[in-house]
Amino acid sequence: MSLRPDLAVIAQHVAPGSRVLDVGCGDGELMSVLRDDRQVDARGLEIDPAKVERGVSRGLSVVQGDADRDLANYPDDAFDYAILSQTLQTAERPDRMLDELLRIGRRAFVSFPNFAHWRVRLALLWRGRMPVTSRLPVTWYETENIHHLTVADFHELLASKGVKVERSWFFAGERESGSAGANWRAEHAVYLLRR
Amino acid sequence: MATLLAPPSTSLTLPAPLALDSGQRLENVTIAYETYGDLHADKSNAILVCHALTGDQHLASPHPITGKPGWWNRMVGPGKPIDTSRYHVICANVIGSCMGSTGPASPASDGEPYGMRFPVITIRDMVRALIGLLDTLGIERLHAVVGGSMGGMQTLSLAANFPDRAARVLAIATTARHSAQNIAFHEVGRQAIMADPNWQGGSYYGTGSIPDKGLAVARMAAHITYLSEAGLTEKFGRRLQDRPDGTRGAKSFGFDADFQVESYLRYQGLSFSDRFDANSYLYITRAMDYFDLAEEHGGRLADAFAGSSARFCVISFDTDWLYPTADSRAVVHALNAAALPVSFVELSAPFGHDSFLLDVPALDRVVGGFLG
Repeated sequence: MSLRPDLAVIAQHVAPGSRVLDVGCGDGELMSVLRDDRQVDARGLEIDPAKVERGVSRGLSVVQGDADRDLANYPDDAFDYAILSQTLQTAERPDRMLDELLRIGRRAFVSFPNFAHWRVRLALLWRGRMPVTSRLPVTWYETENIHHLTVADFHELLASKGVKVERSWFFAGERESGSAGANWRAEHAVYLLRR
Repeated sequence: MATLLAPPSTSLTLPAPLALDSGQRLENVTIAYETYGDLHADKSNAILVCHALTGDQHLASPHPITGKPGWWNRMVGPGKPIDTSRYHVICANVIGSCMGSTGPASPASDGEPYGMRFPVITIRDMVRALIGLLDTLGIERLHAVVGGSMGGMQTLSLAANFPDRAARVLAIATTARHSAQNIAFHEVGRQAIMADPNWQGGSYYGTGSIPDKGLAVARMAAHITYLSEAGLTEKFGRRLQDRPDGTRGAKSFGFDADFQVESYLRYQGLSFSDRFDANSYLYITRAMDYFDLAEEHGGRLADAFAGSSARFCVISFDTDWLYPTADSRAVVHALNAAALPVSFVELSAPFGHDSFLLDVPALDRVVGGFLG
């Protein structure tokens, strides 16, 4: 499989046979892997109808909807895991979305691009420009990322909510970069959280 | 009676009377149906397609009265999204209708047509009759039950009331509950029929006159609800008809069909009364108006699906104002609450409610993908 590194980490750490909601599932790439390789009962939520259509034609259960609004319709504890990959920074209220993920799922995988990576800091410090990098490839006026955050910001949010980190993974490019100095060195981060 | 342009359907009579929601029993229920594609020896590959209000069992074969191709010819056939080279597709005329299944025009026990003595039926009663058909055919579990509009109501009712009978449920452009607006439009249609002096209290069979004017008006009003405003504007705009004397596109300063849209609706109304029975229209619209799946199950829609283990797919269209996307979302939310596997997509199509019958390639892909 050729999953994006954050998705590959998630796929490896979802318990086989569990129930999963993939929020912002795209055309169902991760869901297919979970279903086929780990016998997971995977459900998806996706806002783009063309992607929903592709997911459904893969035989997946995908609901077209808006994560900012439609998570409210899922009952408590409906899933073993709720997955939110590279989407937290696009939420209207990332803090409330985190609450919803951990209400619906007993655990949550959350991944996001780290806005404190050194390249981002340099772009601001030296060039005085909003960064455009491989992880943040879109200009400030076109980007869907309306709530940029850093690894340190995320830790503070988790602490304020009393959310526990079971595991975390950090990546620079395609490679894991380790947790030491992650707020400088990680381009993106993946967390496995529980209430 | 119109001459038949294609052969009539196969039909069978259910072995037992049908107990109805009204408390009445319907005796000697005949079901007319069509099938397409071979049934496997283990009977595992059957798909039941449920038709809409004025639809019938002629899904993918010519209509015997109009000679027109089947109403879902574009969806059902070898290699098509509902692939008859893989699946055995069954479509039956609902009870209350007039294409061979028992309805108000059928003879009652005294040999005379029921007319208004026909019991008021519900969507669930229609489904009971379909289950009776499946029982008689020996089909225990469908690969899928599929339907649009009123057909979609039947798919949801079947999933709720006979949860073991279908592995997949595909509900298109439909609702779990008829709204006040839906009921209001139907009431206009019913009043138009009953205001026609030829209706004669429903006992017009054999009198040589039928309430065709009233039925045509009912059809005209309903037809508007099947289209979108943008669709009507694109198709007709304010364009004028050519006059019978050959004058091109002029106003008559009278009440002829000046506008093309008027002429179109009049034609739709008139041709409808050639193929449909007015009393059937009364009974079937009533059944739709009574439809409220949550009400049948203690007021909570999620409870209606509590016993189900099927996979669901719900599809709406962005220009359908008859059964808008919000209605489909209510079904999806209930299925989520019942923790059932469900897919949902709102497709973009310009044709309003009728989109499910028309050329929408994304619909074909989703239907084909879901049925597998």
